[in-house]
Amino acid sequence: MTDLTNLTVAEIRDGFRDGEFSAREVTEAFSANIAAAKTLNAFIVETPDAALAAADAADAARASGALKPLSGVPIGMKDLFCTQGTQTTAASHILEGFVPQYESTVSAKLWSAGAGMLGKLNMDQFAMGSSNETSAFGNVVSPWKAADGKALTPGGSSGGSSSAIAARLCPAATGTDTGGSIRQPASFTGISGIKPTYGRCSRWGIVAFASSLDQAGAMARTVRDNAILLENMAGFDPKDSTSLDLPVPQWEAGLSSDLRGKKVGIPKEYRPDGLNPEIAALWDKGVAWLKDAGAEIVDVSLPHTQYALPTYYIIAPAEASSNLARYDGVRYGQRVLPDGAGLQDMYAATRAAGFGDEVKRRIMIGTYVLSAGFYDAYYTQACKVRTLIARDFEQAFTQCDLLLTPTAPSAAFALGEKQADPLAMYLNDVFTVPASLAGLPAMSLPGGLDSAGLPLGLQIIGRPLDEQGVLNASLALEERAGFTARAEKWW
Amino acid sequence: MTTTSSYRIQGATGEWEVVIGLEVHAQITTQSKLFSGAATAFGAEPNTQVSLVDAAMPGMLPVPNRECIAQAVRTGMALNAQINRYSRFDRKNYFYADLPQGYQISQLYHPIVGEGEIEVTLDEKNPESARKTIGIERLHVEQDAGKLMHDQHPTRSYVDLNRSGVALMEIVSRPDMRSPAEAGAYLRKLRTILRYVGSCDGNMEEGSMRADVNVSVRRPGEELGTRTETKNVNSVRFVMAAIEQEASRQVDVLESGGRIIQETRLFDPDKMETRSMRSKEDAHDYRYFPDPDLLPLELEDAFLEECRASLPELPDAKRHRYENALGLSAYNAAVLTAEAETARWFEALVAESAKAAGKSEADVAKAAANWLLSELFGALNRLGKTLDTSPVNPAQGAELLGLIADGTISGTIAKQVFEIMLDTGDPAGKIVEERGLKQTSDTGAIDAAVAKILADNADKVEQYKAGKEALFGFFVGQTMKAMQGKANPQVVNEVLRKALG
Repeated sequence: MTDLTNLTVAEIRDGFRDGEFSAREVTEAFSANIAAAKTLNAFIVETPDAALAAADAADAARASGALKPLSGVPIGMKDLFCTQGTQTTAASHILEGFVPQYESTVSAKLWSAGAGMLGKLNMDQFAMGSSNETSAFGNVVSPWKAADGKALTPGGSSGGSSSAIAARLCPAATGTDTGGSIRQPASFTGISGIKPTYGRCSRWGIVAFASSLDQAGAMARTVRDNAILLENMAGFDPKDSTSLDLPVPQWEAGLSSDLRGKKVGIPKEYRPDGLNPEIAALWDKGVAWLKDAGAEIVDVSLPHTQYALPTYYIIAPAEASSNLARYDGVRYGQRVLPDGAGLQDMYAATRAAGFGDEVKRRIMIGTYVLSAGFYDAYYTQACKVRTLIARDFEQAFTQCDLLLTPTAPSAAFALGEKQADPLAMYLNDVFTVPASLAGLPAMSLPGGLDSAGLPLGLQIIGRPLDEQGVLNASLALEERAGFTARAEKWW
Repeated sequence: MTTTSSYRIQGATGEWEVVIGLEVHAQITTQSKLFSGAATAFGAEPNTQVSLVDAAMPGMLPVPNRECIAQAVRTGMALNAQINRYSRFDRKNYFYADLPQGYQISQLYHPIVGEGEIEVTLDEKNPESARKTIGIERLHVEQDAGKLMHDQHPTRSYVDLNRSGVALMEIVSRPDMRSPAEAGAYLRKLRTILRYVGSCDGNMEEGSMRADVNVSVRRPGEELGTRTETKNVNSVRFVMAAIEQEASRQVDVLESGGRIIQETRLFDPDKMETRSMRSKEDAHDYRYFPDPDLLPLELEDAFLEECRASLPELPDAKRHRYENALGLSAYNAAVLTAEAETARWFEALVAESAKAAGKSEADVAKAAANWLLSELFGALNRLGKTLDTSPVNPAQGAELLGLIADGTISGTIAKQVFEIMLDTGDPAGKIVEERGLKQTSDTGAIDAAVAKILADNADKVEQYKAGKEALFGFFVGQTMKAMQGKANPQVVNEVLRKALG
């Protein structure tokens, strides 16, 4: 019998539907893999019973002929999504033991589509990080290994999701992307992931990092699987004022790798001096693959790209500093109350003990850029530059339909390698942040391996609401890249 | 006539002028909170009206309540203010245990309502004689905070989040007021307008309306002085007292060579004085920025039209109409329009009266106004009731007025009938019928009574005829008494005049 954990979401769905295996068998296979992969530390909470309950419901549904779109498919849930009755921590001590009384809109949609939850996935604390080293529950380890045997980062912040999918602990998972938190980990682990247009997925019930940037998305091994998952996550939600009141397209049914008539732009600013030559070479291959699929390639310019990273690292911390004010020890989560402490002492002690260093760093940056006397110089200025960056994309999209870029400036690095240097860490987001600032749909998919045998990703960026275009170009690349490499099991 | 205030504080070194601005927080009358569906009723058990959003649970998001926005817009329209089609919500960041989000959602940079004005009067009896226009700088909507309870535990404080997230309007005046009386008049007028519009119940005891009082003093004609802000003063009387106290304090400080520090102060209603709460130096840095969870509010024509169409006739317009179209005195018109509820009751009374008598409203309005202001209000005062709890409704009042107007009963009998109505709840007509209180215009009966009285009082008749005309009233009184008050006074007059030659 085939190893069920090697199947894609589409294969599980179809094989289950056609009676090749039961949902229970699928779920048990993944749960067994999870149980045997503690070293990767991909999950904060494992929920095999919840997964089995969903599987049994799927088996019953199949018997009664009432299958749902994701019946039989177990998935992982990033621990940023509030799940009713299951601890939700955003990988922070400050929320340790917090069990929501409510279900996030996105997770609720997935469960009502028939999916089952294998567990809550580890991540960078409050989604702040690019290497999954800021989690209060320990680093997530990539299933990929460096040539010298060093443990590698799975990327971040959705590093539990990327590691778990790459290691066959789940066929797909949710992620969230604020500045690249779906795309960069996908790139580092040889899987694919899509961040839809800002507003496609409801933010209701997702622990907030930076409200104007946060967007849920899908992570899986194939473009088709991403389309399937995203279709069952997206949709208007009156509980989120920034949610888009638009129907959800049938992205899976719309998949086509025929790119004739499409123009793909190559932004010259994404090829700075000193760009890793292997990444440049993969990018060139991507250009050739798109041409082969019928697309026309045009050179475009996004002149404000160099300001994207500093802009992001003002706006995101500013919003975070305010969004995280609610973790004060008064109503839920951790409370530290020293003897004789007053309210201010309780706040200070609770937040000092509850938040990790990176979270504190960003709260301080955010507090600083919003403070009287600095607000205009930093926050207001950053908002203006953000507008210019969005305009760059608008202008580029008058010349082309899609953009092709690398996802990250490097392959996965070793855990610990960049921990001491926050700025070097922030540079990981250089290619992903601009699309986040502009709210555009963007996807990373594996293009090949570098000379050290590590995966490298390519990124497709589309116009607002053109997830279909992004998925289709990604599909064309996926077919031509023929990426089948996987990490050898060592854990 | 517009007026300039002559209110001055007499200091040791001369006169000082007081400059006052008010920031009024008015709780918007709605079923649910500004950004959540939780209820807003006053006096509920602690923490029973709290949604996940109000408690700032992780991942919760605010969604603006359309009704609150409409109420703010309607209020702005009633203040003759600029309505901003584009407005935005900002976060005001600070930590306190009654503020679950760690920020208050407010509108700093782009308020929903811009400049407007209120006309106040300083003389209730003669409203047109002392008018003053007070500028409104802005009106914005924001969330209220919860409430700390310090009396539940010896060493700990409890938090009640029922009020957390309730919608408030903050209405900021220009520093246009120059005396405690003007501030009082402004506050009363604002309260009247809010209650007319129905956007706030104006109940200061329950905290649904409270004022931050900005006060500074200066030599008349000089530049503005440094101001202090006294927070959360919750009655008109206290606002006036706080101004008086604070202005005197500032004069004392300045005259003894000190300077005024810009600071936040508290009013202590027990001691009737203000005291320092915090100075500008340790003021919060609120780090205002646009709330990224909310889109800008963009108001469409249809929505604005809907708001305008739903506005009632406002107090000034109503007062003018009462004077001009109904012929009421300026004083009566002012008193009847000071409370929306009074005007509503009065208009119902007039409409019923006119309908019953087949007359125009102008023909019955005066009598209705007089009866309402003297008889009804007198009775309600005595009974400790209000118009809301009045035992007599406008239709019943109109029936009584109709019986006077058509001569069925006299004014004197009407007072008796009204007392019986208050006691029994019976309609006036039934009372008059059953108790035989109908006045008689039967000249035969009156002739007989008059003849008897003149015969019994021959001496007085002589005196009258000799020129003591004041005795006419005596004869009227005697006749009425003999008729048990039921004689038509006009007929009695006529018969008496004839009989006395």
